[in-house]
Amino acid sequence: MTKLPVWADVVLVPLISLLLAIFFSGVVIYLISPDSPATLENESWKAVLDAGRIVVEGSMGSPYAWGYTLYYATSFIFTGLAVTVAFHAAMFNIGGEGQAQLGGLGVALACLFIPWPHWSLALLGAGVGAALFGAAWAAIPAWMQAKRGSHIVITTIMFNYIGAALIIYLLVYVLRPVGQMDPATANFPPATHLPTLHEIPGLNLIFTKKVPANVSLFVALVACYLVWVLLWRTQLGYEIRAFGKSPEAAKYAGISGTRIIMVSMLISGGLSGLMSINNVMGESGRLLQNSSEGAGFIGIAVALMGRNHPLGVLLAAILFGFLYQGGAELGLWTSIPIELRTVVQGLVILFTGALDQMVRMMLGLVFRPARKPEAA
Amino acid sequence: MDYATLLQILDSTLRLATPLLLACLAGLYSERSGIFDIGLEGKMLVAAMATGAVAFYSGNVWIGALAGIGASMILALVHGLASITFRGNQLISGVALNFVASGITVLIAQAMFGQGGRTPPLDGAARFNPITLPFADSLASVPFVGPLYREVISGHTALVYVALAAVPLTWWLLYRTRYGLRLRAVGENPASVDTAGVSVTRLRYSAVAITGILCGLAGAYMAAGLQAGFGREMTAGRGYIALAALIFANWLPWRALGATMLFGFLQALALRPDVIERTIHVSIPVPALDAMPYVLTIIVLFGFVGKPQPPRAGGEPYIKER
Amino acid sequence: MQGETTTGRQETAAPAIELRGISKAFGSVQANKDISIKVARGTIHGIIGENGAGKSTLMSILYGFYRADAGEILIHGTPTQIPDSQAAIRAGIGMVFQHFKLVNTFTVLENVILGAEDGPLLRPSLAKARKLLGDLARDYELDVDPDALVEDLSVGHQQRVEILKALYRQADILILDEPTGVLTPDEADHLFRILRGLKEQGKTIIIITHKLREIMEITDTVSVMRRGQMTATVKTAGTSPEELAELMVGRKVLLDVAKGPANPGRTILEVRDLRVRDENGVERVKGIDLHIRAGEILGIAGVAGNGQSELIKVLGGIKKGTGSVLLNGAPLDLSGRAADAESRREKGVAHVPEDRQHLGMILDFTAWENLAFGYQGDPAYHRNGFLMDNDAMMKDALGKMERFDVRPPIPTLQGKSFSGGNQQKIILARELERNPDLLLVGQPTRGVDIGAIEFIHKRIVELRDAGKAVLLVSVELDEILSMSDRIAVMFDGRIMGERDPDQTNERELGLLMAGVTNETAA
Repeated sequence: MTKLPVWADVVLVPLISLLLAIFFSGVVIYLISPDSPATLENESWKAVLDAGRIVVEGSMGSPYAWGYTLYYATSFIFTGLAVTVAFHAAMFNIGGEGQAQLGGLGVALACLFIPWPHWSLALLGAGVGAALFGAAWAAIPAWMQAKRGSHIVITTIMFNYIGAALIIYLLVYVLRPVGQMDPATANFPPATHLPTLHEIPGLNLIFTKKVPANVSLFVALVACYLVWVLLWRTQLGYEIRAFGKSPEAAKYAGISGTRIIMVSMLISGGLSGLMSINNVMGESGRLLQNSSEGAGFIGIAVALMGRNHPLGVLLAAILFGFLYQGGAELGLWTSIPIELRTVVQGLVILFTGALDQMVRMMLGLVFRPARKPEAA
Repeated sequence: MDYATLLQILDSTLRLATPLLLACLAGLYSERSGIFDIGLEGKMLVAAMATGAVAFYSGNVWIGALAGIGASMILALVHGLASITFRGNQLISGVALNFVASGITVLIAQAMFGQGGRTPPLDGAARFNPITLPFADSLASVPFVGPLYREVISGHTALVYVALAAVPLTWWLLYRTRYGLRLRAVGENPASVDTAGVSVTRLRYSAVAITGILCGLAGAYMAAGLQAGFGREMTAGRGYIALAALIFANWLPWRALGATMLFGFLQALALRPDVIERTIHVSIPVPALDAMPYVLTIIVLFGFVGKPQPPRAGGEPYIKER
Repeated sequence: MQGETTTGRQETAAPAIELRGISKAFGSVQANKDISIKVARGTIHGIIGENGAGKSTLMSILYGFYRADAGEILIHGTPTQIPDSQAAIRAGIGMVFQHFKLVNTFTVLENVILGAEDGPLLRPSLAKARKLLGDLARDYELDVDPDALVEDLSVGHQQRVEILKALYRQADILILDEPTGVLTPDEADHLFRILRGLKEQGKTIIIITHKLREIMEITDTVSVMRRGQMTATVKTAGTSPEELAELMVGRKVLLDVAKGPANPGRTILEVRDLRVRDENGVERVKGIDLHIRAGEILGIAGVAGNGQSELIKVLGGIKKGTGSVLLNGAPLDLSGRAADAESRREKGVAHVPEDRQHLGMILDFTAWENLAFGYQGDPAYHRNGFLMDNDAMMKDALGKMERFDVRPPIPTLQGKSFSGGNQQKIILARELERNPDLLLVGQPTRGVDIGAIEFIHKRIVELRDAGKAVLLVSVELDEILSMSDRIAVMFDGRIMGERDPDQTNERELGLLMAGVTNETAA
């Protein structure tokens, strides 16, 4: 197989994967558009183009749209970073969903039972609670992987379901206020309300309508930077990356595999949990069932697409923010259900994570003739 | 709990365990050949959707089931392509295909029927109808055994009996046939099969195809047996419970039957919280029952009850070496 | 008429296997070069050579794992294509690999019939195999319990299963790759009896080994391979171990290492009764005693796979063992919490591992990251308690790369972008500049070009002259001879003897490496 230049591997492989995913989604829209295949072919193509236009306008056509896009992106940054940190230690953490929901519990407990004087302190306290609960939910699978060799993928799947059941139990039987019908906690006190972009002086000139994006966005950006520092500027990050590349060589370098698995998974779980300051604290203001709404899984796509680099994760998270907001708009204005975004998400994961060899092979065919004269 | 209630619960255990059993056996074939498959859920889901749609149009549940199997096979084939041909990450492929399935089923169902991602209700020949086994009524008066036969064993749809029959059949195939011998070998040590002059690739693809067929049946049962039509996310994690059951069963067919019956029983209990409370005078929250299969599997993985032994070559693409 | 008889005679006398001009290259490495060989029917033919001489490649070509770039294969006089294992089996070739290709969770019977079943159902095949196994057990001492699980069998019995597999497929040419590598002497004797019995029944046997004793004992003819070429084929009865050793090792030009006499000081390392088991519980180091003093190089000679790797790994803290090891008089933890590589480095042990690409460095890391590998906790690389000091690491790396002449001297290149020799220099720079009390160095010049070899040798000798202890493990005899102040030869997990490099020669060492001591040869 032709070896690809580095830039092609970093930029082109995810890009081609994304294009493939979009292409297949287009095919799906084409096939399911109501006029197809009964009437004229171009009607179906029009449906595809219309869908594309709605996605773009609905997700970036106005500050209001951006307010939603960035809200989704914030959650995806956290979960994408979570998957990234674990990936660097060669751990495939697909328990982000459960860890995020447990993080939501941490947020709820911190917000409900501690009288915070100001939102900034509440954010700090709830953030710590979210990270701790998320990390705790990753701890047992991590320990089972490190000590008993139980596959982290299997155990984190199980913990997603156990976590969801635990939250439902707590919401229905424990945390639900008397007299309330829906399984949710009470509303958090007003002092814990996080300013949205509409409420931040300066930004309110741009975001003139109320949008869900809130100060958590800035926490997410800081998290991007910190994860980058962790992975590429600290000894722990050095050791995590070394272990992930080669556990045998890491042993030669005196790095304990158990420690790396535990620490990387705890950080990963913590980051997943941290997304709850965005949705639970910043948006809904109380803990609901299934609070993470699949963001834990989208983290996988974001991390794969972002090539496991915080900058890539940031860009991929915004891209998926577009997709999510745009998909919601599609669901609103056309007969195309919002599940389209799940399809795109799945296809991106498939092409970047499982069929990447195929994508590389396709690119290799393109690069071969260009590189031959060089080699000669 | 009186006998009649017990029979009711056992009856619904059998119904609820059937999709788990079919999916669990499906996973067994794939994983025994060395291909991890966490995409059972997705395959069931597309099969349920295809069955619901085609059974509605054709009015024939068997044509619907064939369509379900076909849809499931397409996903199985993509998984095989990623895992076997392109030596990709089997876990990521499974996760990805689950998402694709979750979304595309709603998309297609919505496009076809415009009922919010559901397929229209099925009835008559478009559903699997209960089969009354011989003498079910005439033996009903025999004490103890008679009601058991009539209420629990008789009166299920065809796929329930197919699933039950698939257990001994799988056992026989695995342990009494050439194909089974090679299948087990390729999951334990593909090099042993390769040096014996048998194609690892072909064997693995065949196993993945069987997984597709069985998941197809599981999905068909969901849409046209357990329920009357497809609804979004109707498999509700059953693919993962089947995966848990597979670990619980240590990748053995008879134990797969036991594990899925146990998990089916827990699901049946979760539908009747009143019965539990009346019987043991303690109220067990429904979510606790829902989580039981997973908790039990974690306990098994912990190694408290004998360490599970997955196929040794599982998850690793086979690369020929000297 | 005359012509016909000649043809007829040729046919009856056709060798079981004939190779004509077989060549095979992997990239730029010529693994087999124009190899021709004839093996007569009903004989045992040995192929002997050092590791990497190309023996296994040749046999893999015969079994259809690789296709030769050139040349042809004749089986019983008929030109035969062997594109895959199936074709090899059809041609009557059976192979017993060094690493068995058995399914551990299967019974012996199941393993035997796998891939050679008679029909879709197992029962007839199993019955047939059971009967055949009974016959074979009687005829050739090949007795194995047909219903035992393979994982419960001893290594010797597992090997018999492999032979049974080949016989069940009606192989009449049997190839065994290093068959005694994992066997006890008793098991090896048993195997030889089996092979002689098979030979009497007209089977042709090819045995690949590096052990001279076995060649002398079992074979009728023997071919010697060296660096991808067949250097000689002789009748075993007409040769001697000494001659074979010479043919195998060759008269190599001794590399001239400028090195003065050693000035040994106090004992740095003392090893007593060291034992190491591998992952499968097989003892690989079987009670070793040795010591190294300050200012000397102890060379460990031996064919790969005789316990040297395990020895160096235990001392380097990446494998556990039992026994006692004293470093500067203080005991080292061999199996507890402090039996890790970090603790070893803290005590002044530097380690240049044998497998530089898998252990010594991370190929995807940059050169500057690799130059800190294992020493990532060094305060010199840290800005404060939390952050690493990349500038300091970069500067440190640049200095090391210049002093060790790493080309190109660009610290930001990835490890995999460097040639083998330069990768090795990166590792040596990292380990030697730590100025360790004890340097463990494995295969320092494997795959390294001549110029770099000289440089690497010079640096190791400099460390010795600075009063440090060096343990040098190498399969290159000339390297051992020119570098060492004392030479210990390892064979089968034991030290066969110690020699003074000035009073020994390659022939004597070659015999020791093949397990022949003066006593056994006499």
